Amino acid sequence: MSVNSIGDYSFDSRDKLENFHGAMLVFIQWEQHLVYCAPFAFPLPPDMLLGDVMKNIVLPAYAYHPDSEKATLEDFEKGQWLLDNKPLQADFTKSLAENGVKHQSILRVTIPGLDGLVGQGSAA
Amino acid sequence: MAITRSKPKMGIKERYASMTRDLGWETSYQPMDKVFPYDKFEGIKIHDWDAWVDPFRLTMDAYWKYQSEKERKLYAVIDSFAQNNGQMGITDARYLNAIKLFITGVSPLEYAAHRGFAFAGRHFRGVGMRVASQMQSIDELRHAQTQLHAMSHYNKFFGGMHSSHLMYDRVWYLSVPKSYFDDAMTAGPFEFLTAISFSFEYVLTNLLFVPFMSGAAHNGDMATVTFGFSAQSDESRHMTLGIEIIKFMLEQDEANLPIVQRWIDKWFWRGYRLLALVSMMMDYMLPKRVMSWREAWEIYFEEAGTALFEDLSRYGLKMPKYYEVANWEKDHLSHQVWSTFYNYAGATAFHTWMPNDNEMEWLRDKYPDSFEKHYQPRFEHFIKEQKKGNRFFNNTLPMLCQTCQIPFIFTEPGDPTTTCFRETHYKGNRYNFCSDGCKDIFEQEPEKYIQAWLPVYQIYQGNCGGKEIEDVLRWYNFNLGEDNGEYLDSPDYDLWTQWKESQSRAV
Repeated sequence: MSVNSIGDYSFDSRDKLENFHGAMLVFIQWEQHLVYCAPFAFPLPPDMLLGDVMKNIVLPAYAYHPDSEKATLEDFEKGQWLLDNKPLQADFTKSLAENGVKHQSILRVTIPGLDGLVGQGSAA
Repeated sequence: MAITRSKPKMGIKERYASMTRDLGWETSYQPMDKVFPYDKFEGIKIHDWDAWVDPFRLTMDAYWKYQSEKERKLYAVIDSFAQNNGQMGITDARYLNAIKLFITGVSPLEYAAHRGFAFAGRHFRGVGMRVASQMQSIDELRHAQTQLHAMSHYNKFFGGMHSSHLMYDRVWYLSVPKSYFDDAMTAGPFEFLTAISFSFEYVLTNLLFVPFMSGAAHNGDMATVTFGFSAQSDESRHMTLGIEIIKFMLEQDEANLPIVQRWIDKWFWRGYRLLALVSMMMDYMLPKRVMSWREAWEIYFEEAGTALFEDLSRYGLKMPKYYEVANWEKDHLSHQVWSTFYNYAGATAFHTWMPNDNEMEWLRDKYPDSFEKHYQPRFEHFIKEQKKGNRFFNNTLPMLCQTCQIPFIFTEPGDPTTTCFRETHYKGNRYNFCSDGCKDIFEQEPEKYIQAWLPVYQIYQGNCGGKEIEDVLRWYNFNLGEDNGEYLDSPDYDLWTQWKESQSRAV
């Protein structure tokens, strides 16, 4: 359905890709670690390696969570990934784009055994 | 000598007619559709504008008289509050963080309501509705002003209250109330009244004003209590306008029903999401609690709202869509929201803190099914780290919902451990939502929400004062290190502690 309006009503998306100066918006969440209240939003170049994103941006961002000391980069790569709700075989040596990540995509990762502060189901 | 007799006074009915309905006429130089161009495009069919029942039969002369009396009383109390150092009588300076949220997030809505009702008061062709909307427009302007005056005394001593209007336009969490009201104001007059007069003022208002005004009374804030009393008689007039507009639309033409139902579904959900801020105020920010968010939701929505919609079912109206989700969330909402503001305390113009032992006990007691299991471990971790000098500040920026603009902090209905994600595609772009309610609203009018000014993404596009978070906070006009951060490290806390110590020395 469209907007009931008094005249022409047509607009550009305010968050279209071109507005991000060569980056794209990517959302990343380490599932069950809700000490961090929401997924992170990052503007990232599509050709950045997923491994670099994780190593240089995402892992430092999770540093406050006690689980972050227990998880290596390899644990993350071997974790269970969801890209836009579909399972993803994450390849850290490939770029975001090569892994299928698009503008406004959501990446979610779970590492079995690391389930937050007090184990499965507490989400902390 | 001729005896002159004064003209007999008009009776109430006669005066009402001459001061409202008689002020309108069928225009002849220009067609009515050109004089009132905005009351048809929404699709609402009205056959008899005079069938509108005026809620209070209030005329302008009586209106001015009542309002000026209330103003005199209110300002006498505000003056004496200031002269008697009323700020010393509150329960604790933590309380003022609720006031900071109010003055930056609610008072600007009153002003926006003034503008919205001025529009409605011009553009309905039914004169009775115009007059009622005009009076409400003046009420709302008065509320914005009296709130600023009543609370301005605190601004002399405490941070975060110096720039409410600029903050309303720019600050990330204030885009939630701003986008809510801008959405209503950019609709036509019928949707505006459905949104604000009915869905908010009739269905949800008790969840805002009862907590704030009782909260003020419980916590010794006489300035805010007095404002609340002064606004109360206006509010009952506004609520009545809300219920009457719904009945009027539904009685005029049965084709109006699906439109009205869609608006109620939309504005229930948008209003409910807005009240997330109130939930944390009730459960975390009032040093002396009134009731829990869960209790308030049960009384004011589950009981009163259900009864209201049962009553309205004779017009064919149903309970607003996704009310079950809101009912489920009552055990989780305030904890998820407070946790968020604790995360982002570096970027708020009010302070946050962790509950003390007594407050933790209160939370366990009020939320037996959720607090101890899901939220207490998180909060205990925050406390433990804070005691080691490692107070948590989340230095990333969060993903935001395209419709309500709240960060993605809500969990799947029925599963408080998994973040809820919904998405849709429109003209080749992907859009993300925190809930089915927000997704549905977008899909009804995508062109409206693809324009959303989402604060985090605006920062990344370079439109908010600079690249660094500090640049952005300066652009928000925050006094860094004073307005933001942990309560226990704030100038508010230091000042309050000094006052209390000097008081006890004097005793």
